[in-house]
Amino acid sequence: MNAEAARPPALDTTTPLAIAVMAMGGQGGGVLVDWIVALCEAQGWAAQSTSVPGVAQRTGATVYYIEALPVPPDAPAGLRPVLSLMAVPGEVDVVIGAEFMEAGRAIQRGLVTPDRTTLIASSHRAYAVVEKQAPGNGIADAGAVIAAAQASAKRLIAFDMAKAAETSGSAISAVMFGALAAADVLPFPRIAYETTIRNAGIGVEASLRGFAEGYEAARAAPASEPEPAPPEKMLSPASPPVGGAAYVAIAKRVRDTFPVPAQEMIVAGLRRVVDFQDVAYGEEYLKLVAGILALDGASKDYALTRTAAKYIAVAMAYDDVYRIADLKTRGSRFARVRAEIDSSPEQLVYTTEFMHPRMDEVTGSLPAALGRFIESRPSLFRQLDRIVNRGRRVKTTRLGGFLMLYTLAGLKRFRRGTLRHAVEIQHRDSWLARVKAAAARDYDLAVELLNTRRLVKGYSDTHARGLSKFDRVMAAAAKLEGRSDAADWVRRLREAALKDEDGVALDGALKTVDSFLH
Amino acid sequence: MAERSFTQEVRSLELQAGEVFRGEGILALTKALLQSGVGYVGGYQGAPISHLMDVLSDAQGLLSKLGVQFSVSASEAAAAASLAASMMYPVRGAVTFKSTVGTNVASDALANLASSGVIGGALIIIGEDYGEGSSIMQERSHAFAMKSQIWLLDPRPDLPSIVKAVEDGFELSEASNTPVMLELRIRSCHVHGSFIAKDNKRPAFTLQQALERPVRDVNRIVLPPASYLQEKEKIEKRWPAAVEFIKRRKLNETFAGDLSEIGIALQGGMYNGVMRALQRLGLADIWGHTRVPLYVMNVTYPLIDDELAEFCVGKRAVLIVEEGQPDYIEQAVNTILRRRGINTRIHGKDVLPMAGEYTADVMLKGVRDFIVGAAPDALSDADRAPNEPAIGDDPRVKALAGVVPPRPPGFCTGCPERPIFAAMKLVEKELGPHHVAADIGCHLFSILPPFNIGATTMGYGLGPASAAAFNVPSQKKSISFIGDGGFWHNGLTTSIGNAVYNKHDGVIVVVDNYYSSATGGQDLLSSRADNTTRSTKHPITKAVEGVGATWVRQIDRTYDVAKMRDTLKEALTTREPGPKVIVASSECMLNRQRREKPLFNKAVKGGQRMVRERYGVDEDVCTGDHACIRLSGCPSLTVKHTDDPLKDDPVASVDNTCVGCGNCGEVAEAAVLCPSFYRAEIVHNPTRLERLRARLRSAVIGYLQRRRARHSPALS
Repeated sequence: MNAEAARPPALDTTTPLAIAVMAMGGQGGGVLVDWIVALCEAQGWAAQSTSVPGVAQRTGATVYYIEALPVPPDAPAGLRPVLSLMAVPGEVDVVIGAEFMEAGRAIQRGLVTPDRTTLIASSHRAYAVVEKQAPGNGIADAGAVIAAAQASAKRLIAFDMAKAAETSGSAISAVMFGALAAADVLPFPRIAYETTIRNAGIGVEASLRGFAEGYEAARAAPASEPEPAPPEKMLSPASPPVGGAAYVAIAKRVRDTFPVPAQEMIVAGLRRVVDFQDVAYGEEYLKLVAGILALDGASKDYALTRTAAKYIAVAMAYDDVYRIADLKTRGSRFARVRAEIDSSPEQLVYTTEFMHPRMDEVTGSLPAALGRFIESRPSLFRQLDRIVNRGRRVKTTRLGGFLMLYTLAGLKRFRRGTLRHAVEIQHRDSWLARVKAAAARDYDLAVELLNTRRLVKGYSDTHARGLSKFDRVMAAAAKLEGRSDAADWVRRLREAALKDEDGVALDGALKTVDSFLH
Repeated sequence: MAERSFTQEVRSLELQAGEVFRGEGILALTKALLQSGVGYVGGYQGAPISHLMDVLSDAQGLLSKLGVQFSVSASEAAAAASLAASMMYPVRGAVTFKSTVGTNVASDALANLASSGVIGGALIIIGEDYGEGSSIMQERSHAFAMKSQIWLLDPRPDLPSIVKAVEDGFELSEASNTPVMLELRIRSCHVHGSFIAKDNKRPAFTLQQALERPVRDVNRIVLPPASYLQEKEKIEKRWPAAVEFIKRRKLNETFAGDLSEIGIALQGGMYNGVMRALQRLGLADIWGHTRVPLYVMNVTYPLIDDELAEFCVGKRAVLIVEEGQPDYIEQAVNTILRRRGINTRIHGKDVLPMAGEYTADVMLKGVRDFIVGAAPDALSDADRAPNEPAIGDDPRVKALAGVVPPRPPGFCTGCPERPIFAAMKLVEKELGPHHVAADIGCHLFSILPPFNIGATTMGYGLGPASAAAFNVPSQKKSISFIGDGGFWHNGLTTSIGNAVYNKHDGVIVVVDNYYSSATGGQDLLSSRADNTTRSTKHPITKAVEGVGATWVRQIDRTYDVAKMRDTLKEALTTREPGPKVIVASSECMLNRQRREKPLFNKAVKGGQRMVRERYGVDEDVCTGDHACIRLSGCPSLTVKHTDDPLKDDPVASVDNTCVGCGNCGEVAEAAVLCPSFYRAEIVHNPTRLERLRARLRSAVIGYLQRRRARHSPALS
């Protein structure tokens, strides 16, 4: 059977145009792929698409792959190309990343190469569970993907396609189709794409809007400059303070008595604590910051004062019942909610708060003496807790619920007398004492001791866990004091503490510290 | 109601002779069945052939018009058993399921079917779930075909070849009185292509005819002495008949090439991959011309010794491309050649990996290494020793390794199974960790972050059965999960009955989301929706009590995390003997949204008063500890940066994809997390009275808010 083939056949060197779509389950990648195939076939091309959905792909990452090429006009009947069912690394013309880290995944898989690949990526992020679950900031660095894209893509088109889809009231698949049209890799006119959408016949108008949005955005998108990485946190502007005369007066004083590098943070902190309690509380805050400033100098750009300004404010504006009631009943908050759920003016919005007070919160809100009295009687505490400790849903848009929280918020004027306040202030002062003691000997360590306050956050159990992490790091810091690398270690311990909920990473780091301490 | 509707696509199943069919592999497959005059079809859904079952369901009108009987089998075993109809009657039948797991379940029936043999063509269409995207262990169906002696088709992965394989398969089955397996890999099932259609055929012999004139032949029954004769018949009659038919009809294909001293013998399914590799080496082109002779085995069992010998004779070396392990074909070919004294060098697993999917680059490397060894001059220097720098070596690309997060499939937004596992985590906080036996289904996503619950998974419907050994006195009971899919597949007996009979002192949670959701939302016995063609609405609790379980709790709203937690605690602490069965029921949110959203929007358009709920987080109350996320993992519960300079970490935030299932609020409440969560009820088309009340309310509230704002010392 091999006899008849003696001389080499004339091989056609044509290669197909290859498109890989990296999407997450539920993003409509399948719709996009069907459009692309229909488009190619309508233009007289042969096209093949494959996918590995695994019907339960759900929210996971998935790849769709398309190969297409024009069938030569003089082709004998029934001539059909042999196309690959799998993306071939190094031979992909277009990679469409429906989410920024998915674009990164395509680069990792070697599908994006400088000689050939146009990378069309949505710069928006849908955070993976592993990014969201960290007690600290676990968000992956989009900058790394940008760098890798610039290294590997022949051309990069990146913009926020999720936003484009939202503004046009369509799906991201339509926006991606528009971006593909604008990329001009397939030799088809825009109208051919739009006709494809029309012929598909599902959600035509919305899809056409999304398509146009994507087309224009891709045209406008700078060839290689994608969206910047997550926005840098902007400090509250140094604009003149707004509020009562007394507040304006002490806010002004910040400008006169504190060094410029620290001013912005101090103004932000001052605003927070005054908003939390009153102007006198603001005075108290400034006194504490001034106390730190006395140990600081210009040499390190007032890092100690800046850090202190931040965390003293956080420590002073703790979240107690009165604070929560206040925040939940503000007009600004009502407005924010309406904006967040993008409800239109003619719609009514009712809000319900999910609260679960425990006896701890109650005793904390009572006058210190009374609170201590109850706490020192476990059986009484337990009995009361049985009454108090359950989920309560407060309807803040109804008069009853609103007035309850509004009144509660009004009681903040008695806050200074509460047990919680006494506890918080005591904790604050002993912490600052440690900082001051360290500042004289080890400036950087003092800064890190201030930063350690970051570990105290959350409510109830989470708050307790945070406190214990804080205590363990502070304790370790005491042992580390005097070492040249004390500050570095305290920073490492803090970072470890923010990695997981139960402090597994922290335990590991503490073991290491112990190992070289004795 | 299946997740994906093919009502549009099934129209193409009515195409007539000469018309061009365009569509997915499975749709083409269905058309091929109708063109072959199939009399009955059945099967059990599972990737990658779930859509085949969905297509058949959506095509029921056409099927009954053609007189084709269609059953949605309870399991793969039920599907395989239904092929018994072709044992005694000349009626063609086809069943489908995923392999190898489905084949494992069906193997009892398959073995009997193969032993007894068939008169009507019997086709078993298996979705070979192997390689990337596979959800199961990496095994091949090849072994089953060989041990039971069922012929195995592995056609080239393009629509014309797949359609031809169906038609050939039925004829081969009838010519050799043997059932035939048609193997399709994941991508072939979902490959989009086209072929020229033929007219649909009504079955030549109907099941009505069979029922009216029943036939019985003791020699077809698998019992001694008949069974011994059947084994002889397999070898002496059916096998030679098959070989003869495959040869005569040229089911295997040979593609000539001028490099006649070498060749590649390959599984049909590998054809496109091999061709692309040859093309990349400059030895083939996109239109199917090749310089290397190819022998394409569209039938991978039985092998046709003569054809293989003829292909290899006179060649220096031949490469066998056979995906997966063990290397059955390579071993067989070596034996065939040795017997005939042909000393062509056989390569295979020496240049290609023994296991794993033959991806584009794996294939390229294997084929290149083969040719470099066997016919080096055929390659250009560049192709022989390529040295283009790989982009993967660029440090900036390497740097992605620690950055790009894994993104496995997980629970959907609003999934009713999420609160079940949130409750589990709360219980573990109190009672400590337990041994948790998981099952197959969406609920298996519990093994991933943030839940990290589940120690083993032993197979569909086997969750509770896999905890059977832990039936010993202990402070802690074992907990096992099973979905409604697995429950009706075999779990009622294998898991529940088993636990009841053995008085298993453990906790069993039946996750009931009204559908076989993981396979695409097909209906089940316990589905609550009206289904005109099937019998549904059979409560799971009734079945459980029916097999004798006494401690049974029904939870009708899984989102009630506190109730879920307390019920689990009760089950774990009660002294009552026997299994403690909790049936946790709430509708799959994916299906629910698909059903309700259109109705909701229509009602809103129609001016009706409608309320949409969604949840939110107050960013100034949230401290960014993300405890809520560690108890949820909902895609719509995410994080965002605030511009508050006093906040270091991103705060939790609920995006607009929220479907208002209530899980986050319930969890915040049950776990005593924080007061950040709020529920917003958005009222579309409120009534006039309602608007009036709202206006009065906001007048009072607004006044108070402005008043306090005026007196607040600092405006933030």
